[in-house]
This record gives sequence, C-alpha cells and structure tokens, in this order.
Amino acid sequence: MAARVQEADFDVSTELALMRQGDARVGAIASFVGVVRDMNDGAGVSEMTLEHYPGMTEKSLEAIIAEAKARWTIFDARVIHRVGRLLPTEQIVFVAVSSAHRGEAFAACEFIMDYLKTSAPFWKRELTPEGARWVDARETDENAVERWRR
Amino acid sequence: MLKILYFASLRETLGCASESIDLPPAVNNVAGLLDLLAARGEHWLKLATVKNLRCAVNQELASLDAPIKGGDEVAFFPPVTGG
Repeated sequence: MAARVQEADFDVSTELALMRQGDARVGAIASFVGVVRDMNDGAGVSEMTLEHYPGMTEKSLEAIIAEAKARWTIFDARVIHRVGRLLPTEQIVFVAVSSAHRGEAFAACEFIMDYLKTSAPFWKRELTPEGARWVDARETDENAVERWRR
Repeated sequence: MLKILYFASLRETLGCASESIDLPPAVNNVAGLLDLLAARGEHWLKLATVKNLRCAVNQELASLDAPIKGGDEVAFFPPVTGG
C-alpha cells in the first residue's frame, strides 16, 4: 500500500531508500515531514491526539496519490500518517514522491500534502494548560488547496 | 439498517461514536437524515446548527443532498485537521 496509517513512528531514511531501491529511472525524490509543535494558536501544547476514520482515511490517501500520479509523471508516491498520542518534536506525517527530475517530485509532494490537509479524515486534539481542545481547520489550508484547482 | 458514525468534537458533543437505525421510507438523503436526528432534541439539535458540518456516504465525501438508503454507512464530522 502506498498509504499507511499507524501509531508507530517511521524512519525517513528507510522509507527514502525503499523509493530508489531497484529503480534506476529515479533521478529525484522530494519528501516532507510534518512535526508536532509545542505551540499553536497562542497556547502551549504539551501533547496531541490524532483521531481518524478507519477505512475512509486510507481510501482517501490512496485517492490523493492516484490523483497526483494522474497529474504528473512520477514513479512512486508514499504517505505515512501517524494516529494516537504524539508529543512535541515527534513526527506526524511523511510524504515522498519519486520522479526523473525534481520539478515534478516537488510539485506532486506539495499537492499531496495540501490535499491531505483538507480532505483526509484526521482530527487533532491538543492538550494546553487550559485543558484539551480540538484544533480548528485553517483557512490558509483551504487557500493552499485552491491553487491546484485553477 | 443504516450505520451512522460521528467523529472528533461531534462525537464528544453527541456522546455517541456510532449507531445503527432503521431508515424511515420518507428519508432518502443526508439532509433528511440530519432532520431526523436533530428531532431527537437536546444535544442532537447541534447537528442542525453546527458550522461546516462534513459528511461522508460509504466513506466518500458527500453533500447534504446525497442520496442514502438502507445498508449505507453515513459519517458526520467537523472539518479535517490532519497533516
């Protein structure tokens, strides 16, 4: 599966090595890692819990990857998204795309991340000094995905 | 039977993660289902007023006029915040 949803952490070096192993067509791999911050919307964050919709989340990620493959000439695209309890500095999400040249890998990687943020069913709940709160969706994320619709 | 799932803040507000109901013959789309659920009153009224409610039918994002029938899986949730 090109998309994985898991509680366990992931190793970026291992994942990137898998993307070039045995495929000499690959000339570029672009990747992105999202990380838990200790601050959001003006409040300190001591931990975060990620919830998802088992079944739909995986399908949704596979659909985003398929759309990226339809738009750009890329070889492989992978997404790993963690769920459960996460602490600041921990990795949340990994996206990587391989292609012959960097332009398509960069573009497809950003496209996948933008669509993931606005359409894959994940929800963040963060713990602040004032208690737990659900993270609100950001308008900037909607604007980011809107660019790809033009 | 129709399976209904609720996620994140909506699940907490409603105090319900999932349920199965017999779909009345008169209800044939998501908007009709929302009216039916909100008619339970109290915290279920939130379903009719919550801002930016998102919905999926059989694990695909759907609009309020999307048709539903017995055997379907319908999910309600707030805007997603992953990544």
